[in-house]
Amino acid sequence: MYIVLNKDRMVIEKEQDVVPYRNRVKEFAVKIGMSLVNQTKLITAASELVRNMLKYANGGVTTIEVISKGRENGIRLIFEDKGPGIADIKLAMKDGFSTGKSLGLGLPGAKRLSSEFDIKSTVGKGTTVTLIKWKNG
Amino acid sequence: MKLEIAKTLQKKKKQILELWMQNQLKDESLREDLMSNDELRKESDELLNYLLDSLNDENISNIQSSDFDSLNEMISGISITRARQGFSPKETGYYIFSLREALLQALHKDFKGDVNDLMTVTLQMVKLVDGLAAVTFETFIKGREEVILRQTDEITEISTPVIRVWDGILALPIIGTLDSARTQVVMENLLVEIVASGSSIAILDISGVPAVDSLVAQHLIKTVSATRLMGAECIISGIRPEIAQTVVHLGIDLSNIVTKATLASALRYAFALLKLEVKKSTKSEV
Repeated sequence: MYIVLNKDRMVIEKEQDVVPYRNRVKEFAVKIGMSLVNQTKLITAASELVRNMLKYANGGVTTIEVISKGRENGIRLIFEDKGPGIADIKLAMKDGFSTGKSLGLGLPGAKRLSSEFDIKSTVGKGTTVTLIKWKNG
Repeated sequence: MKLEIAKTLQKKKKQILELWMQNQLKDESLREDLMSNDELRKESDELLNYLLDSLNDENISNIQSSDFDSLNEMISGISITRARQGFSPKETGYYIFSLREALLQALHKDFKGDVNDLMTVTLQMVKLVDGLAAVTFETFIKGREEVILRQTDEITEISTPVIRVWDGILALPIIGTLDSARTQVVMENLLVEIVASGSSIAILDISGVPAVDSLVAQHLIKTVSATRLMGAECIISGIRPEIAQTVVHLGIDLSNIVTKATLASALRYAFALLKLEVKKSTKSEV
């Protein structure tokens, strides 16, 4: 259903990787002609998820893809980590819930910022978050 | 049969140095602008001395041997200095690789009678110099990393200036990503300056912050709270349209903070708070 047009992988292991990663995502978004508002939304969502990955799982691997469905282009980001996993995803997706000392807006915020959002997690094995932002979505 | 490579090399020290210098001088990557030929010769002579002094037939194939510690130290020193002086990795690498050429050229004359001997000797020399080159690269990169770390520190320092825009009004333009370390510097500078200048209003301008995610927002809220504890009002300015939309979608509540789109409107608001008025002068002369 989705055709992957372009793909890139980046390993995230320290805080200094966040900015280069965001720039990479931005490059991809600019390439497909995404509007500034959507770019900013995508980058912010990406930033939230990358920070989560660093904070709770000590890093992981991210994939940036340009995908197309029918006539629409978009960016798909996949975040895979081998961290402790999330026991209660429903609770984690609630505004203001955080096991760290942060605002608790990262996961629900990222979901609101993206067009499609999926999270899978197994306790003790790790978490995979996939998000799609359509060019005009 | 013993080949006595070490002894042969020690005997031919002078010849090797000459060959090495020749190799270095004829290479086009020679940087006479960064280092004079005399200095280069002195450095090469010293390095060769260290190498040949610590070399014997037992340790020749084992560069990790502790006999080479002083040599490795010296090579690290050379490599780090070169990284700081601005030599490229290629130029630094060639410095060591040209030594291999010289060593092989010198040995070739003695061992050319027997192909097998020549092969053994060549292999050992190649291995030895490769070991040295590996040390060079490692320390060269370390040297560069130190430079980068220093620059990072400098950037953090210079990019958080606190400006007195008016009596009692401070402005703090933030440029770049706001991480925990940056926030610490920003907050400290701001609070210290509030006390020093007795200001009652601080404007945080985030026009230069590329993305505001929940972590950045949290840092901003903390800074504002800290300013308020000091008895000063804090205004956040420079919120771009796309940032405003993103912040709303993220669900960050900034409603109890005064925010403005531009530094100018923040300044106007600050003037109003201080009951100051900016008027067009009726007098003709300035």
